[in-house]
Amino acid sequence: MVTSQADVKRNGVQDYVSLRTTAAIIFAFSVFMAWFFISTDNITFIEWHGLFSGILMKVFTLATLVSIMIHVRIGLWQVLTDYVKSTKIRVVVQWVLNLIAFAYVLVGLFVLWGV
Amino acid sequence: MQLTVSIYRYNPEVDNAPRMQDYKLEIDENLDLMVLDVLIQLKEQDPSLSFRRSCREGVCGSDGVNMNGKNGLACITPLSSLGKGKVVVRPLPGLPVVRDLVVDMTQFYIQYEKVKPFLINDSKQPPAREFLQSPEERANLDGLYECILCACCSSSCPSFWWNPEKFIGPAGLLHAYRFLIDTRDTATEERLSDLDDAFSVFRCHSIMNCVSVCPKGLNPTKAIGQIKSMLLQRAV
Repeated sequence: MVTSQADVKRNGVQDYVSLRTTAAIIFAFSVFMAWFFISTDNITFIEWHGLFSGILMKVFTLATLVSIMIHVRIGLWQVLTDYVKSTKIRVVVQWVLNLIAFAYVLVGLFVLWGV
Repeated sequence: MQLTVSIYRYNPEVDNAPRMQDYKLEIDENLDLMVLDVLIQLKEQDPSLSFRRSCREGVCGSDGVNMNGKNGLACITPLSSLGKGKVVVRPLPGLPVVRDLVVDMTQFYIQYEKVKPFLINDSKQPPAREFLQSPEERANLDGLYECILCACCSSSCPSFWWNPEKFIGPAGLLHAYRFLIDTRDTATEERLSDLDDAFSVFRCHSIMNCVSVCPKGLNPTKAIGQIKSMLLQRAV
Protein backbone atom coordinates (compact mmCIF):
# COMPACT_ATOMS: atom_id res chain seq x y z
CA MET A 1 0.00 0.00 0.00
CA VAL A 2 1.31 3.40 -0.96
CA THR A 3 1.30 5.43 2.24
CA SER A 4 3.93 8.10 1.65
CA GLN A 5 2.85 10.38 -1.11
CA ALA A 6 4.58 13.69 -1.54
CA ASP A 7 1.20 15.32 -1.72
CA VAL A 8 -2.07 15.55 0.15
CA LYS A 9 -3.16 11.92 0.50
CA ARG A 10 -5.88 10.92 -1.86
CA ASN A 11 -8.37 8.11 -1.57
CA GLY A 12 -8.44 5.90 -4.66
CA VAL A 13 -12.01 4.67 -4.29
CA GLN A 14 -13.32 8.16 -3.51
CA ASP A 15 -11.52 9.64 -6.53
CA TYR A 16 -12.80 6.82 -8.74
CA VAL A 17 -16.41 7.44 -7.71
CA SER A 18 -16.06 11.25 -7.81
CA LEU A 19 -14.61 11.22 -11.33
CA ARG A 20 -17.48 9.12 -12.65
CA THR A 21 -20.32 10.92 -10.90
CA THR A 22 -19.00 14.35 -11.91
CA ALA A 23 -18.51 13.08 -15.47
CA ALA A 24 -22.14 11.96 -15.54
CA ILE A 25 -23.32 15.44 -14.44
CA ILE A 26 -21.06 17.19 -16.98
CA PHE A 27 -22.31 14.83 -19.71
CA ALA A 28 -25.95 15.45 -18.76
CA PHE A 29 -25.39 19.23 -18.89
CA SER A 30 -23.64 18.94 -22.29
CA VAL A 31 -26.50 16.86 -23.71
CA PHE A 32 -29.07 19.33 -22.33
CA MET A 33 -27.26 22.32 -23.84
CA ALA A 34 -26.87 20.51 -27.17
CA TRP A 35 -30.61 19.77 -27.12
CA PHE A 36 -31.32 23.47 -26.36
CA PHE A 37 -29.21 24.66 -29.31
CA ILE A 38 -30.73 22.09 -31.67
CA SER A 39 -34.33 22.60 -30.61
CA THR A 40 -34.29 26.43 -30.48
CA ASP A 41 -34.68 28.01 -33.91
CA ASN A 42 -33.54 31.51 -33.18
CA ILE A 43 -31.44 32.02 -30.09
CA THR A 44 -31.66 35.60 -28.91
CA PHE A 45 -30.93 37.25 -25.59
CA ILE A 46 -34.58 36.64 -24.57
CA GLU A 47 -34.30 32.84 -24.98
CA TRP A 48 -30.87 32.76 -23.35
CA HIS A 49 -32.08 34.88 -20.42
CA GLY A 50 -35.21 32.78 -20.10
CA LEU A 51 -33.20 29.56 -20.00
CA PHE A 52 -31.00 30.68 -17.12
CA SER A 53 -33.73 32.49 -15.17
CA GLY A 54 -35.22 29.33 -13.73
CA ILE A 55 -33.92 28.21 -10.35
CA LEU A 56 -33.58 24.60 -11.57
CA MET A 57 -31.30 25.70 -14.42
CA LYS A 58 -29.25 27.82 -12.03
CA VAL A 59 -28.78 24.83 -9.71
CA PHE A 60 -28.03 22.50 -12.63
CA THR A 61 -25.42 24.91 -14.02
CA LEU A 62 -23.84 25.45 -10.62
CA ALA A 63 -23.74 21.68 -10.01
CA THR A 64 -22.00 21.30 -13.38
CA LEU A 65 -19.45 24.00 -12.54
CA VAL A 66 -18.71 22.36 -9.19
CA SER A 67 -18.46 18.99 -10.96
CA ILE A 68 -15.96 20.44 -13.42
CA MET A 69 -13.92 21.78 -10.50
CA ILE A 70 -13.85 18.37 -8.76
CA HIS A 71 -13.17 16.55 -12.04
CA VAL A 72 -10.33 18.93 -12.89
CA ARG A 73 -8.85 18.65 -9.39
CA ILE A 74 -8.66 14.84 -9.50
CA GLY A 75 -7.83 14.53 -13.19
CA LEU A 76 -5.03 17.06 -13.12
CA TRP A 77 -3.61 15.54 -9.94
CA GLN A 78 -3.38 12.24 -11.83
CA VAL A 79 -1.83 13.85 -14.90
CA LEU A 80 0.64 15.93 -12.87
CA THR A 81 1.77 12.99 -10.72
CA ASP A 82 2.47 11.15 -13.98
CA TYR A 83 4.43 13.81 -15.78
CA VAL A 84 5.80 16.29 -13.22
CA LYS A 85 8.29 14.49 -11.01
CA SER A 86 9.49 17.53 -9.04
CA THR A 87 7.25 17.79 -5.98
CA LYS A 88 7.80 21.54 -5.60
CA ILE A 89 6.86 22.32 -9.21
CA ARG A 90 3.91 19.93 -9.08
CA VAL A 91 2.49 21.47 -5.92
CA VAL A 92 2.76 24.99 -7.37
CA VAL A 93 1.22 24.02 -10.74
CA GLN A 94 -1.52 22.08 -8.96
CA TRP A 95 -2.30 25.01 -6.70
CA VAL A 96 -2.53 27.44 -9.63
CA LEU A 97 -4.75 25.10 -11.68
CA ASN A 98 -7.01 24.40 -8.69
CA LEU A 99 -7.29 28.13 -8.10
CA ILE A 100 -8.34 28.67 -11.73
CA ALA A 101 -10.94 25.89 -11.43
CA PHE A 102 -12.28 27.49 -8.24
CA ALA A 103 -12.36 30.92 -9.95
CA TYR A 104 -14.53 29.42 -12.69
CA VAL A 105 -17.06 28.33 -10.06
CA LEU A 106 -17.03 31.72 -8.34
CA VAL A 107 -17.41 33.66 -11.60
CA GLY A 108 -20.13 31.27 -12.69
CA LEU A 109 -21.92 31.82 -9.41
CA PHE A 110 -21.93 35.61 -9.86
CA VAL A 111 -22.97 35.35 -13.51
CA LEU A 112 -25.79 32.92 -12.74
CA TRP A 113 -27.25 34.90 -9.93
CA GLY A 114 -26.91 38.08 -11.96
CA VAL A 115 -29.38 36.75 -14.52
CA MET B 1 15.40 -13.37 -49.29
CA GLN B 2 17.45 -10.77 -47.48
CA LEU B 3 16.04 -9.58 -44.19
CA THR B 4 17.16 -6.38 -42.50
CA VAL B 5 16.96 -6.36 -38.74
CA SER B 6 17.62 -3.23 -36.73
CA ILE B 7 18.55 -4.00 -33.14
CA TYR B 8 18.96 -1.75 -30.11
CA ARG B 9 22.54 -2.03 -28.92
CA TYR B 10 23.88 -0.74 -25.64
CA ASN B 11 26.75 -2.01 -23.57
CA PRO B 12 27.21 0.36 -20.62
CA GLU B 13 30.84 -0.75 -20.23
CA VAL B 14 31.74 0.40 -23.76
CA ASP B 15 29.00 2.66 -25.17
CA ASN B 16 28.28 6.21 -24.10
CA ALA B 17 24.75 6.04 -25.48
CA PRO B 18 22.44 3.44 -27.01
CA ARG B 19 22.40 3.02 -30.80
CA MET B 20 20.49 1.02 -33.42
CA GLN B 21 22.56 -1.46 -35.42
CA ASP B 22 21.39 -2.91 -38.73
CA TYR B 23 22.06 -6.54 -39.59
CA LYS B 24 21.46 -8.35 -42.88
CA LEU B 25 20.38 -11.96 -42.89
CA GLU B 26 19.72 -14.36 -45.77
CA ILE B 27 16.65 -16.45 -45.01
CA ASP B 28 14.68 -19.03 -46.95
CA GLU B 29 11.57 -17.36 -48.37
CA ASN B 30 9.49 -20.48 -47.66
CA LEU B 31 10.34 -20.44 -43.98
CA ASP B 32 8.38 -18.35 -41.48
CA LEU B 33 11.02 -18.02 -38.79
CA MET B 34 10.29 -16.80 -35.31
CA VAL B 35 12.03 -13.59 -34.24
CA LEU B 36 14.04 -15.59 -31.68
CA ASP B 37 15.40 -17.82 -34.48
CA VAL B 38 16.54 -14.67 -36.28
CA LEU B 39 18.19 -13.33 -33.11
CA ILE B 40 20.02 -16.63 -32.59
CA GLN B 41 21.30 -16.54 -36.19
CA LEU B 42 22.41 -12.94 -35.73
CA LYS B 43 24.27 -13.88 -32.56
CA GLU B 44 26.29 -16.30 -34.67
CA GLN B 45 27.25 -13.30 -36.85
CA ASP B 46 27.90 -11.06 -33.86
CA PRO B 47 28.52 -12.91 -30.57
CA SER B 48 28.41 -9.62 -28.63
CA LEU B 49 24.64 -9.35 -29.20
CA SER B 50 22.83 -10.04 -25.90
CA PHE B 51 19.29 -11.22 -25.27
CA ARG B 52 17.48 -13.58 -22.90
CA ARG B 53 15.86 -16.81 -23.95
CA SER B 54 15.21 -20.18 -22.42
CA CYS B 55 12.32 -22.47 -23.36
CA ARG B 56 11.88 -21.01 -26.88
CA GLU B 57 8.20 -22.04 -26.91
CA GLY B 58 6.32 -19.26 -25.10
CA VAL B 59 6.31 -20.83 -21.65
CA CYS B 60 9.17 -19.29 -19.68
CA GLY B 61 8.61 -15.63 -20.59
CA SER B 62 12.34 -14.86 -20.83
CA ASP B 63 12.47 -13.35 -24.31
CA GLY B 64 9.99 -10.50 -24.01
CA VAL B 65 11.13 -7.75 -26.41
CA ASN B 66 9.62 -4.92 -28.39
CA MET B 67 9.25 -5.88 -32.07
CA ASN B 68 8.23 -3.21 -34.58
CA GLY B 69 6.78 -1.18 -31.71
CA LYS B 70 4.80 -3.93 -30.01
CA ASN B 71 5.87 -6.02 -27.03
CA GLY B 72 5.79 -9.79 -27.35
CA LEU B 73 7.74 -12.99 -26.93
CA ALA B 74 10.38 -13.35 -29.65
CA CYS B 75 10.06 -17.15 -29.60
CA ILE B 76 6.40 -17.22 -30.63
CA THR B 77 6.30 -14.16 -32.88
CA PRO B 78 6.63 -15.20 -36.56
CA LEU B 79 8.31 -12.79 -38.95
CA SER B 80 5.16 -12.88 -41.10
CA SER B 81 3.19 -11.20 -38.28
CA LEU B 82 5.53 -8.18 -38.40
CA GLY B 83 4.73 -7.28 -41.97
CA LYS B 84 7.16 -6.69 -44.78
CA GLY B 85 10.29 -4.58 -44.53
CA LYS B 86 12.79 -3.95 -41.79
CA VAL B 87 12.29 -5.62 -38.42
CA VAL B 88 13.10 -3.34 -35.49
CA VAL B 89 13.84 -5.04 -32.18
CA ARG B 90 14.19 -3.06 -28.98
CA PRO B 91 14.24 -4.00 -25.29
CA LEU B 92 10.99 -3.86 -23.31
CA PRO B 93 10.21 -0.15 -22.78
CA GLY B 94 10.10 1.47 -19.37
CA LEU B 95 12.63 -0.87 -17.76
CA PRO B 96 16.33 -0.05 -17.31
CA VAL B 97 18.55 -1.68 -19.93
CA VAL B 98 21.27 -3.96 -18.61
CA ARG B 99 22.72 -4.64 -22.05
CA ASP B 100 21.26 -4.73 -25.59
CA LEU B 101 17.86 -6.47 -25.30
CA VAL B 102 18.34 -7.49 -21.67
CA VAL B 103 16.39 -5.37 -19.17
CA ASP B 104 16.54 -5.07 -15.40
CA MET B 105 13.22 -6.45 -14.13
CA THR B 106 13.79 -5.66 -10.44
CA GLN B 107 11.01 -3.04 -10.27
CA PHE B 108 8.61 -5.43 -11.98
CA TYR B 109 9.35 -8.16 -9.43
CA ILE B 110 9.11 -5.72 -6.50
CA GLN B 111 5.55 -4.91 -7.57
CA TYR B 112 4.78 -8.60 -8.08
CA GLU B 113 6.06 -9.37 -4.59
CA LYS B 114 3.76 -6.69 -3.10
CA VAL B 115 0.61 -8.63 -4.02
CA LYS B 116 1.75 -11.66 -2.01
CA PRO B 117 1.45 -14.09 -4.94
CA PHE B 118 0.85 -17.18 -2.86
CA LEU B 119 -2.10 -18.82 -1.17
CA ILE B 120 -2.77 -17.58 2.36
CA ASN B 121 -5.01 -19.80 4.45
CA ASP B 122 -5.22 -19.32 8.20
CA SER B 123 -7.94 -21.89 8.84
CA LYS B 124 -7.56 -23.53 12.23
CA GLN B 125 -7.87 -27.08 10.92
CA PRO B 126 -6.17 -27.42 7.55
CA PRO B 127 -7.20 -30.49 5.54
CA ALA B 128 -4.99 -33.53 5.89
CA ARG B 129 -4.07 -33.66 2.21
CA GLU B 130 -5.10 -30.62 0.16
CA PHE B 131 -7.56 -27.71 -0.14
CA LEU B 132 -10.24 -28.91 -2.51
CA GLN B 133 -12.28 -26.71 -4.88
CA SER B 134 -15.38 -27.41 -6.92
CA PRO B 135 -14.91 -27.34 -10.72
CA GLU B 136 -16.85 -24.03 -10.77
CA GLU B 137 -14.57 -22.47 -8.16
CA ARG B 138 -11.54 -23.68 -10.06
CA ALA B 139 -12.93 -22.28 -13.31
CA ASN B 140 -12.78 -18.77 -11.79
CA LEU B 141 -9.00 -18.96 -11.98
CA ASP B 142 -8.95 -19.56 -15.72
CA GLY B 143 -7.52 -16.59 -17.60
CA LEU B 144 -5.54 -15.58 -14.52
CA TYR B 145 -3.18 -18.37 -13.50
CA GLU B 146 -1.69 -18.67 -17.02
CA CYS B 147 0.43 -15.51 -16.64
CA ILE B 148 4.12 -16.31 -17.15
CA LEU B 149 5.47 -12.97 -15.86
CA CYS B 150 7.15 -12.00 -19.13
CA ALA B 151 6.48 -8.29 -18.31
CA CYS B 152 5.20 -7.55 -21.83
CA CYS B 153 2.05 -6.05 -20.30
CA SER B 154 3.54 -3.95 -17.51
CA SER B 155 6.27 -2.58 -19.76
CA SER B 156 3.67 -1.49 -22.33
CA CYS B 157 1.58 0.34 -19.72
CA PRO B 158 2.05 4.15 -19.56
CA SER B 159 0.83 4.17 -15.94
CA PHE B 160 3.64 1.73 -15.08
CA TRP B 161 6.18 3.82 -17.02
CA TRP B 162 5.36 6.96 -15.03
CA ASN B 163 4.87 5.37 -11.61
CA PRO B 164 6.76 2.05 -11.54
CA GLU B 165 7.39 2.30 -7.82
CA LYS B 166 3.74 2.99 -6.90
CA PHE B 167 1.49 1.35 -9.50
CA ILE B 168 1.48 -2.45 -9.20
CA GLY B 169 1.11 -2.88 -12.96
CA PRO B 170 -1.11 -5.23 -14.98
CA ALA B 171 0.89 -8.43 -14.34
CA GLY B 172 0.97 -7.95 -10.56
CA LEU B 173 -2.71 -7.01 -10.45
CA LEU B 174 -3.70 -10.02 -12.55
CA HIS B 175 -2.00 -12.18 -9.93
CA ALA B 176 -3.57 -10.17 -7.12
CA TYR B 177 -7.05 -10.90 -8.53
CA ARG B 178 -6.13 -14.55 -9.04
CA PHE B 179 -5.68 -14.87 -5.25
CA LEU B 180 -8.54 -12.50 -4.34
CA ILE B 181 -11.08 -14.82 -5.98
CA ASP B 182 -9.44 -18.07 -4.95
CA THR B 183 -11.95 -19.73 -2.60
CA ARG B 184 -9.11 -21.37 -0.67
CA ASP B 185 -7.54 -18.02 0.21
CA THR B 186 -8.62 -16.40 3.49
CA ALA B 187 -6.68 -13.13 3.22
CA THR B 188 -9.09 -11.27 0.93
CA GLU B 189 -9.58 -8.36 3.35
CA GLU B 190 -5.84 -8.00 3.98
CA ARG B 191 -5.11 -8.14 0.25
CA LEU B 192 -7.73 -5.46 -0.51
CA SER B 193 -6.40 -3.24 2.29
CA ASP B 194 -2.93 -3.47 0.78
CA LEU B 195 -4.30 -2.30 -2.59
CA ASP B 196 -6.56 0.43 -1.24
CA ASP B 197 -4.75 3.63 -2.15
CA ALA B 198 -4.68 6.10 -5.02
CA PHE B 199 -1.84 4.42 -6.94
CA SER B 200 -1.63 0.63 -6.57
CA VAL B 201 -4.80 -0.16 -8.56
CA PHE B 202 -6.47 3.13 -9.45
CA ARG B 203 -3.57 4.31 -11.62
CA CYS B 204 -4.96 1.95 -14.25
CA HIS B 205 -6.91 4.08 -16.73
CA SER B 206 -8.01 1.11 -18.86
CA ILE B 207 -5.66 1.99 -21.72
CA MET B 208 -5.63 -1.75 -22.51
CA ASN B 209 -2.11 -1.93 -23.97
CA CYS B 210 -1.67 -4.90 -21.63
CA VAL B 211 -4.52 -6.79 -23.30
CA SER B 212 -3.21 -5.92 -26.75
CA VAL B 213 0.30 -7.31 -26.10
CA CYS B 214 -0.26 -10.27 -23.74
CA PRO B 215 1.31 -13.27 -25.52
CA LYS B 216 -0.94 -15.62 -23.55
CA GLY B 217 -4.13 -13.80 -24.57
CA LEU B 218 -5.01 -12.77 -21.01
CA ASN B 219 -7.03 -9.72 -19.99
CA PRO B 220 -5.39 -7.83 -17.10
CA THR B 221 -7.68 -4.80 -17.62
CA LYS B 222 -10.74 -6.94 -16.84
CA ALA B 223 -9.06 -8.32 -13.70
CA ILE B 224 -8.15 -4.78 -12.59
CA GLY B 225 -11.76 -3.70 -13.16
CA GLN B 226 -12.89 -6.55 -10.89
CA ILE B 227 -10.44 -5.44 -8.18
CA LYS B 228 -11.77 -1.87 -8.46
CA SER B 229 -15.31 -3.24 -8.02
CA MET B 230 -14.24 -5.23 -4.97
CA LEU B 231 -12.62 -2.14 -3.44
CA LEU B 232 -15.74 -0.12 -4.22
CA GLN B 233 -18.09 -2.69 -2.66
CA ARG B 234 -15.85 -2.83 0.39
CA ALA B 235 -16.01 0.97 0.79
CA VAL B 236 -19.80 1.36 0.61
